Amino acid sequence: MSTRHSTYAEHYLQDNEVAERHDKTFFGVREKRDRMAHDLPEWEDLRKAADGIKRHTVTHLAEYLEQFEANAVKNGIHVHWAADSDEYNAIVLDILRSHAVKKVVKSKSMLTEECHLNESLEKNGMEVIETDLGERILQMMHLAPSHIVMPALHVHREQIGDCFREQIPGTSESDDPTYLTHVARLHLRKQFMEAGAGMTGANFGIAATGEVVVCTNEGNADMSTSIPKLHIVSMGIEKLIPDYRSMAVFQRLLARCGTGQETTVYTSHFRGPRPGGEMHIILVDNGRSQILGDADHWQTLKCMRCGACMNTCPVYRRSSGYSYTYFIPGPIGVNLGMLRDKDKYYDNVSACSLCCSCDNVCPVKVDLSTQIYRWRQELDSLGHSDPMKKFMSKRMAFLFNHPGVYTGTLRLAKAVNWMPKCLVNSKLNPWAYGHKMMKFPKNSFHRLWKKKKI
Amino acid sequence: MKVGLFIPCYVDALYPEVGVQTYKLLRSLGVEVDYPEKQTCCGQPMGNAGFERLSVPLAEKYDQLFRDYDYVVAPSASCAAYVRVFHPGQIRGKDPQHECMASKKTVDVVEFLHDILKVDSLPAKFPYKVSVHNSCHGVRELGLSSPSERNIPKFNKIIDLLSLVEGITVVEPERPDECCGFGGMFSVEEKAVSLKMGSDKLRRHISTGADYITGPDSSCLMHMEGVAKKLGLEIKFVHVVEILSAGL
Repeated sequence: MSTRHSTYAEHYLQDNEVAERHDKTFFGVREKRDRMAHDLPEWEDLRKAADGIKRHTVTHLAEYLEQFEANAVKNGIHVHWAADSDEYNAIVLDILRSHAVKKVVKSKSMLTEECHLNESLEKNGMEVIETDLGERILQMMHLAPSHIVMPALHVHREQIGDCFREQIPGTSESDDPTYLTHVARLHLRKQFMEAGAGMTGANFGIAATGEVVVCTNEGNADMSTSIPKLHIVSMGIEKLIPDYRSMAVFQRLLARCGTGQETTVYTSHFRGPRPGGEMHIILVDNGRSQILGDADHWQTLKCMRCGACMNTCPVYRRSSGYSYTYFIPGPIGVNLGMLRDKDKYYDNVSACSLCCSCDNVCPVKVDLSTQIYRWRQELDSLGHSDPMKKFMSKRMAFLFNHPGVYTGTLRLAKAVNWMPKCLVNSKLNPWAYGHKMMKFPKNSFHRLWKKKKI
Repeated sequence: MKVGLFIPCYVDALYPEVGVQTYKLLRSLGVEVDYPEKQTCCGQPMGNAGFERLSVPLAEKYDQLFRDYDYVVAPSASCAAYVRVFHPGQIRGKDPQHECMASKKTVDVVEFLHDILKVDSLPAKFPYKVSVHNSCHGVRELGLSSPSERNIPKFNKIIDLLSLVEGITVVEPERPDECCGFGGMFSVEEKAVSLKMGSDKLRRHISTGADYITGPDSSCLMHMEGVAKKLGLEIKFVHVVEILSAGL
């Protein structure tokens, strides 16, 4: 009884020191988030408001998208619509080619990961440089992000030092974090100067004003958009909110939930092109309209990618991002992976003990654990249920549906106590991997009641 | 007041003493208690494993067996939560007109003592230090204590009740409501993660210096006890009800 997630996780846990550090680091972020949440008396009201705003916007998406487009165009922004990742990648390439761009700097965007933009651009001869420090380190190391907000937190500074020494000429032997950050800063500065276009994601799109809001801690989105004249924004259609009043709610929640800060260091509003420049916004669907029509799972569209559900998830913290087969890990990733491709990403559905902690940290109240429970119910009809689990469930259901057989079986259960230890603790008994076998008592409660011994 | 006692399958099979003590405690508080003999399981093991369709007949049976009692009391928070949260949807899926009576009257024994009987004194003595295991469904589905994630006034019904016991010292571990990693078939399907969660939780309980780990769910206790014995970690386990009924 295993899945790819459980197998990768078992492998990951073999290095206890690494695993413990990972758990402590991310629980530390959860604790910082808790302190923020407990500092605001109106915290639960904010969550309620955020949930309500997202519910409203997502269920009135067509109107808000039109409003957003009209206002953005009024602001001098070019607006494009992409139905799927192929269309999106083609639009980006087209814009870049028509401006004779050879090199692009990018601030962090999960949407571009989702659409495999970098691979697509590189295949077409573009040089793509990630400018978020974590993302840049991963790009240089040819690794994928293991978390959506802190993508390289699992990489140690010694590894980063080695990577820089190999790829950035003149890097000295020191692995001091301040020094390494300084090296990265100088290296990135050169990239910003040379780039012909800057790409950003969008944390929020504001319909009433036709602008996008990008939140970063490093100012790299601002560098990416202040030096090159061409700015391309990639935005999932679910990132829309109605107006500034709504923005005020999300602005207070995002960084508190994501990293335990009151606010990100930079909250930049982009409302139009720079003088002499050009700004494009690409609105990407890529399956989102389908999700909207899914009664069981549409609430995933409320997600604002803060990562709080990962930080609190006891399974994520102990298995790390790479144990998941979808690029977004943790509770929201389990759900988004299934919505992307059920046959490809069903292995992650096992990665949940149904503790419901994610439901309680989520700032927009996505019913994450309930949705995972629902996916589990679908696995059998998709042909992906575990045969052993199915056998055990059927056997249990038979017993429980026949009280006479059930009580009879219980009377025999204590025979387990007398079985040879080698049999009970063998690999055939999956419980024995982490547990010593329990002892069955002489009488069940049922039998004691029958015998009037209570 | 007539109470139907729900003794979930694994309590019936492995921890009959928890059922016996629940019965004795309720009787000592003057409650009329009945035990419908045809009961078996709430269906949670199959539901969590992805086979809820196999447990729907159990939900229907449960509703028939228990619908006429004033309350249904179970000494297992997770099972009571499953009945309350999942049964209505399961039965409605089959018969949209059916009103699930037993589900809304089902409570965990801690809730029953704390919220309904409002017990404010008990004759029990338990001269030991106990570390409280706030099990997930008790905290986040039944509201036995305030979830650490939420900014709501702090409370803990388990601790309120344990405080009535003479001689007891009650503590909570660090990360007081982090999951122990049981999760039904999760514990065998994700065995490595489950074992790590279990051993982490145990070490946090043990570092409080407690003699016992206590909680409202024998399932979490069963998991942690199995892990403790496998790893050779020393601590004892006792269900909350066994403490509250000590001496009866």
